[in-house]
Amino acid sequence: MASKAKAKAKVKTNGKAAAHWVGKRLKRKEDPRLIQGISHYTDDFKLAGMLCCAFTRSPHAHAEIKAIRTDAAKALPGVVAVFTADDTGGIGPIPCAMQMPGLKVPKHPVLATGRVRYVGEPVAVVVAEDIYIARDAAELVEVDYEPLPVVTDMEKALSNETTYVHDEFKSNQAFTHTLKNGDIDAAFKKADRVVKQRMVNQRLAPIAMEARAVLAEYLPGENRLTVWSSTQIPHLLKTQMSVMVGLPETAVRVIAPEVGGGFGSKLNVYAEEGVVPWLAMKLGRPVKWAETRRENFLATIHGRDTINDVELALKKDGKIMGMRARILADMGAYHQLLTPLIPQLTALMHAGCYKIPAIQIDIVGVFTNKMSTDAYRGAGRPEATYNVERIMDIAALELGQDPVEFRLKNFPQPKEFPFTTITGLTYDSAEYQQALAKALKLAGYDALRRRQKNGRKAGKYYGVGVSTYVEICAIGPSAATPAGGWESGTVRIEPTGKVTLLTGASPHGQGEETTFAQLLADELGIDPDDVNVVHGDTMAVPYGIGTFGSRGTAVGGTAAYFATQKLKAKLSTLAAHLLGCKPADITIGRGRLSAKGGKKSIAFGELVTAAYTAHNIPPGFEPGLEATHFFEPPNFTFPFGTHIASVEVDVETGEVKIEKYVGVDDCGNIINPMIVAGQIHGGIAQGMGQAMWEELIYNEDGQLITGTLMDYAMPKAHFFPEFTLDHTVTPSPVNPMGVKGVGEAGTIASTPCMVNAVCDALSPLGVRHIEMPLKPERVWNAIRAAQTAPAPASSSEMTSRAKRGTSVSRRRRA
Amino acid sequence: MKKNVTITVNGLEQRATVEPRLLLVHFLRETAGLTGTHVGCETSLCGACTVLMDGRAVKSCTVLAVQADGHPVTTVEGLANGAKLHPIQEGFWEEHGLQCGFCTPGMIMCSHDLLDHNPSPSDSEIREAINGNICRCTGYQNIVAAVKNASRKMSKRVPARAGAR
Repeated sequence: MASKAKAKAKVKTNGKAAAHWVGKRLKRKEDPRLIQGISHYTDDFKLAGMLCCAFTRSPHAHAEIKAIRTDAAKALPGVVAVFTADDTGGIGPIPCAMQMPGLKVPKHPVLATGRVRYVGEPVAVVVAEDIYIARDAAELVEVDYEPLPVVTDMEKALSNETTYVHDEFKSNQAFTHTLKNGDIDAAFKKADRVVKQRMVNQRLAPIAMEARAVLAEYLPGENRLTVWSSTQIPHLLKTQMSVMVGLPETAVRVIAPEVGGGFGSKLNVYAEEGVVPWLAMKLGRPVKWAETRRENFLATIHGRDTINDVELALKKDGKIMGMRARILADMGAYHQLLTPLIPQLTALMHAGCYKIPAIQIDIVGVFTNKMSTDAYRGAGRPEATYNVERIMDIAALELGQDPVEFRLKNFPQPKEFPFTTITGLTYDSAEYQQALAKALKLAGYDALRRRQKNGRKAGKYYGVGVSTYVEICAIGPSAATPAGGWESGTVRIEPTGKVTLLTGASPHGQGEETTFAQLLADELGIDPDDVNVVHGDTMAVPYGIGTFGSRGTAVGGTAAYFATQKLKAKLSTLAAHLLGCKPADITIGRGRLSAKGGKKSIAFGELVTAAYTAHNIPPGFEPGLEATHFFEPPNFTFPFGTHIASVEVDVETGEVKIEKYVGVDDCGNIINPMIVAGQIHGGIAQGMGQAMWEELIYNEDGQLITGTLMDYAMPKAHFFPEFTLDHTVTPSPVNPMGVKGVGEAGTIASTPCMVNAVCDALSPLGVRHIEMPLKPERVWNAIRAAQTAPAPASSSEMTSRAKRGTSVSRRRRA
Repeated sequence: MKKNVTITVNGLEQRATVEPRLLLVHFLRETAGLTGTHVGCETSLCGACTVLMDGRAVKSCTVLAVQADGHPVTTVEGLANGAKLHPIQEGFWEEHGLQCGFCTPGMIMCSHDLLDHNPSPSDSEIREAINGNICRCTGYQNIVAAVKNASRKMSKRVPARAGAR
């Protein structure tokens, strides 16, 4: 087998199962079907008698619905039915899983009822014989709207002169949340210096290449609703769907087939996931909906969208005394599944990888006439890391210190782990200094600084950006997760010795069919090709939570690991019985189970047969070989690392040339280095996309003006330099495999890294901060603004102003 | 007014009566039943639907089925020779050039066009050539490696043009 040849096995012969496959660059088991185009995403399924549907969506951001006329749509040949909120009132609301004191949760019907609150909100649904007819008819649905005032700006939404997105609340404030610890007032009173910066974390579109899709079939005789959906959470969706359509949960089967990316956008329960199953039940025929890219921009959740005022209290020597932040977080018009949860993660991660004695984070959630925000790769942590890593650079600049030295002064020491942060988290394990040192070396930091110094003399503007991040992963302990934070794994050794793993994780590109097979192969002493990983079908797989929050391997993999341990104990009991020794004396490896001393052994397959034929089993031994484990993680994991970017800015045009990008990441032990690197590459690209190019812009009327791939700057291949990666390995004590998670690291690290690099390049010109994305126009304007700003204040003035706790900047803010 | 079309897809003649507005991608997916070609945007901006027509890469969401009448079309399903993968497919597998796999058929077909015309492209030539194809998972780095891998493999073999079968 090619895979065997690729991973040159080194097997320790001391009788213990040695790492044989874990740590190897094994080619993915998923790939043959994907590279041949013979796998099946939801839209690839076609059922007998299947109908297609399309939605009529609101062109207004805020309007009263005065009347809906469906006659013209119904009259189009091939149209089967048209429904509005008058018909779908029985479908349960779109759920929000978040509960917190004072949280305002607006009613969120599957089709707009009485009023629309964002452009793209579904108003009617048309079912037809084919998708062309359905879309034609959706345009024939006539809706009389009476436009209402629109609010898209968060600060306006909180002012007195605003319209309310939801009249019943008499306010656009969805919630307030404060995280406070340590004597924050004293920290700022005693500070030698205070640095302060406002930073906008712009709204982004997740843009999974497969947009959403739902296919539903209802068989009344069996009372069986089967729904294929492009989702990251098939089990949670099954539960919510049964509530929405009013069927017992036992009658609902959800299948997440091949899923073409999610990045958090499919960690949700959407209107269409209520409507399409209901249509299949109502019409007695299978119904499919495939989202268009335009719909994907308008009506699939967005990410980020926060305004942040961050302050850091400092001692002269660069020690951090305290941090304050006031964050406005845009919820959009409604809460989707986890909308209000995301900013809570932002608050928690504001300690970054630093020792901060006092902190206060105040967050206000705000309703506006826009699509909901929710989890997008990183989900709250990129926002926190951006605030922290930017303010660290600004602080270093103001203190006249190198950003690396400044960071080193404030890192906890390796011996301090597990390290409890001022925000109340317990970081499992880390050595921030080591990852930083390795990245500096890999990037050639000193040489970059020398070149920068020399370049400035010659009118060249080189910048070096450093970002030392920590993220919260393996989400998470159930107490911190709305729907439970555990994961399930069922391992079944089939009578032929082949192994099936049923995992509650629901991978959609992460390669867990391969990594989990590597893991089980080592544990059972077999070949990864003999392990088949099954996921995404709620009828086949015991209840699980799903794949998001870099939890697949650290939580789902651990569940599979523990289920395998249960089976190993059972195999050892039977082997000991057959070999005439004690179970504790059995070792497993290389396809055999051996008694101590190695003289007596039994082949794995033979033992499996014995467990199934059950002709000779010890008393009380349960025949068969299947075990399930529900793993409840005792803590999160906290991967970390250092990323360094080197850029050159053309000050005449504002164009940024990305010359070098280096990442040293620590995600604990690595199961498949090829897959880990791939996750980091993709993460960096998305984080860099936010820093440099991507931006969802709603105008004052609430129209999404960057709502197509023509207008939204999705990064292309030639935008990027080659990324240079390395890693350190600090195993996590949270799970026996010592893994941490790696899906979001690149996204979290790279955004501030890029902005730090560009601002560093332009600091001699007085540029202190530029809002993302760093388009040439923005950079150019920032340079011009800095150059026309008044001369910098003297240092004594700065100190006295700092003592009064006001903003200090060398020059006017860009 | 429906039109009769005959399109040779992966060497197999497909005859159908279609609406003039039917997109080639829908003809391939619905009429020919080949769902390896994906719809990512329907506006020719993402490249997920890239196939070869007359041996050249086209975005099948902006070609009408009636325009493809009488022309040979190759989709991702037509690349492997039985169980033997095409070198570009091997390249993507060996270099981890895909994650979720949705953009992959389009990437592979676009790379096919590139390697047909430039058998040994540089990194930057590869990046330019695939800039009409969007991938959200990989950051493109391993796609570049995959195309180079395929280029090395194909330079050792007798050139074979899938579109000319």
